[in-house]
Amino acid sequence: MYKILKKQVFSPVTYLWELEAPDLARACRPGHFVIVRHKEGGERIPLTIADFDRERGTVTLVIQAVGASTQEMMAFEEGDHLLNLVGPLGIESHIQNYGAVVMVGGGLGVAPVFPQLRALKEAGNRTISIIGFRSKDLIFWEEKFRKYSDELIITTDDGTFGEKGLVIVPLKRLLEERPGGIQMVTAIGPGIMMKACCETTRPFGVKTLVSLNTIMVDGTGMCGSCRVSLGKEVKFVCVDGPDFDGHLVNWDELMRRQNRFRREEAHSIEQCKLNPKGGGA
Amino acid sequence: MSEPKKPRNITTITPDRTKMPEQPPEERRKNFKEVALGFTEEQAAREADRCIQCKKPLCVPGCPVGIDIPGFIKAIAEKDYPRAYEILLASDLLPAVTGRVCPQEDQCEATCIVGKKLEPVAIGRLERFAADYALAHGLARVPEIRKRPEKVAVIGSGPGGLTCAADCARAGLQVTVFEALHVAGGVLKYGIPEFRLPNAIVDQEIANLLKMGVEIKVDHIVGKIFTIPQLMGEMGFQAVFIATGAGFPKFMGINGEGLNGVMSANEFLTRVNLMTGFEFPRTGTPVGMGKRVATIGAGNTAMDSSRTALRLGAEKSYIVYRRTEKESPARREELHHAIEEGVEFLWLNNPVEILGVEGWVKGMRCIKMDLGEPDESGRRSPVPVPGSEFELEVDTVIYALGTKANPIIASTTPGLKTNRWGYLEVDPETQETSIPGVFAGGDIVTGSATVILAMGAGRKAAKGILKRLGIDG
Repeated sequence: MYKILKKQVFSPVTYLWELEAPDLARACRPGHFVIVRHKEGGERIPLTIADFDRERGTVTLVIQAVGASTQEMMAFEEGDHLLNLVGPLGIESHIQNYGAVVMVGGGLGVAPVFPQLRALKEAGNRTISIIGFRSKDLIFWEEKFRKYSDELIITTDDGTFGEKGLVIVPLKRLLEERPGGIQMVTAIGPGIMMKACCETTRPFGVKTLVSLNTIMVDGTGMCGSCRVSLGKEVKFVCVDGPDFDGHLVNWDELMRRQNRFRREEAHSIEQCKLNPKGGGA
Repeated sequence: MSEPKKPRNITTITPDRTKMPEQPPEERRKNFKEVALGFTEEQAAREADRCIQCKKPLCVPGCPVGIDIPGFIKAIAEKDYPRAYEILLASDLLPAVTGRVCPQEDQCEATCIVGKKLEPVAIGRLERFAADYALAHGLARVPEIRKRPEKVAVIGSGPGGLTCAADCARAGLQVTVFEALHVAGGVLKYGIPEFRLPNAIVDQEIANLLKMGVEIKVDHIVGKIFTIPQLMGEMGFQAVFIATGAGFPKFMGINGEGLNGVMSANEFLTRVNLMTGFEFPRTGTPVGMGKRVATIGAGNTAMDSSRTALRLGAEKSYIVYRRTEKESPARREELHHAIEEGVEFLWLNNPVEILGVEGWVKGMRCIKMDLGEPDESGRRSPVPVPGSEFELEVDTVIYALGTKANPIIASTTPGLKTNRWGYLEVDPETQETSIPGVFAGGDIVTGSATVILAMGAGRKAAKGILKRLGIDG
């Protein structure tokens, strides 16, 4: 059992947990993820680690209530315990001094960008962050990003804060304005956003890393649920990733595979609404 | 002994073995309850009476863990069930499990002397009877253990890990088992379906282990949260046993494997067994199976998958295999059960492409095969029949082609030697790896094998550990 030391609600569907998990905090590195399970009979949900504090022995997750389980989990309060938490999973992000890097986060994807941003900054990179949200009231972690970013651009889809529009607009502008001046781009967010970022950087030939959050069961390579096509190769996100060269990812297949339980999920959420406590019939 | 009996020999015993009651195929294909129902006391007595108590039994050397088979059968014949169970436990930590899933027909029952003339004694069914009786009547006793200070870490709580843990605990060592999943049991939980091995049975056997003082830490992936050097260093373990299983599912690399509706048997079975996907949405994990299911492969996992598909309501459940029934590596009993339940077998067929519409599986193109010359495994290798391609209408394709080595431990343990397939190299006598004090056994050493062989390796490793630590086993 893992105690929730802090809960922060960012929006009606987005929340943060800081969990007491000293062994995990000690072992994890930027790019790692965990799998959580919130109740007996509950599903295993992979979540990228958004922050960790080795001294305090904590790990931070930012969660979006998109399915029946994550909606139920939103009812957990500080002092409550999470049933299962396993990790750190995946291969840690490769951190080096590239020169100048652009870190792009979209929506919930802003959270997992953070540990990489911090590590890249500490490795001596010039860091430019672009974080995008749908609207002003969904913005989180502006201060944390400002602290580790040499430049910070915030976008909102509806223009209620920062630049109006998608993250790819400032990304493209930076690439155009600074030819040869950006050595690496990292993009984390919804599939469609990561795909758009990769298409934006491709003509400029700038290395672009993405962190994939695919459907998983065990997270240790046993089931293959998370497999993804990179060119001709098939990789498992859980053990070969989650970071990949975004220019190689077959995005259409990836996004399609992310939807493969949508019929079942819709049914489950319906049940959850009918019976909010039980998460089902 | 109750009353004096005629001397038992091959001419006086009942020639046919006692049938085990089973759920009728028509019923059981719609539920997840156990197929085989187990012997009653009367049936057990009848079968135990068929054992002629050979002076030099051949069944015992046929058993990978060397159970005193005539001994426990004699105890059953004398209705001394606690003794029967004790005898089993002395060699086999999980008799209720092995009584169900061991391929006895290739082991003890294959070498049974009665079997040379008549049907062999149903050793597995008797083992299961004695173990189930003991579990149902709370006969499991915790042995007296004199605690010692040495600490042993066991990685993986499948059959190999549990056996090694039990043997080390009996010798007094402090044992901690690290399990990656959220429950203990490994393949017994995620792999073997409820209708062959109920999870409740596995849990009861594990509960006995906990009573012996073994600690099981679930949600702990060694190689991730701790490394083996950490376990052996700062964490103070004097020995480690690696029993992580095999794991990585194989695909064929044909077109269409990225379509929705294609999955590994590991994924399918884990969703159903471990995550109880058959109860979705009451439980949280969907299975994602359609109505017409093709399982590729014909081993035990393929039987489990195709039969699970029927129970989840598949209208068609096919097994597609490039060789014939004769070459199928499945246990005859499982194959037979699958046929009875209505699984359709497409022998001598090989998939060449999975077809999709809008990203979802809509069919599978197969080609007919012919058996050619025997290959290095001794099996006649299948060759495609030109021009014989056809389309099988399916919406779900499950790969049950075996597994590859999971690299997590090897890649995080400097100095740990693997063979060219990534399996760990061990001393066959002691199960010790290239690192002194680090032992390994089960599928991570041998590749996909059986529960009982993993248990045998766990037992051997425990002996090796005791020897390494200078303790008399």
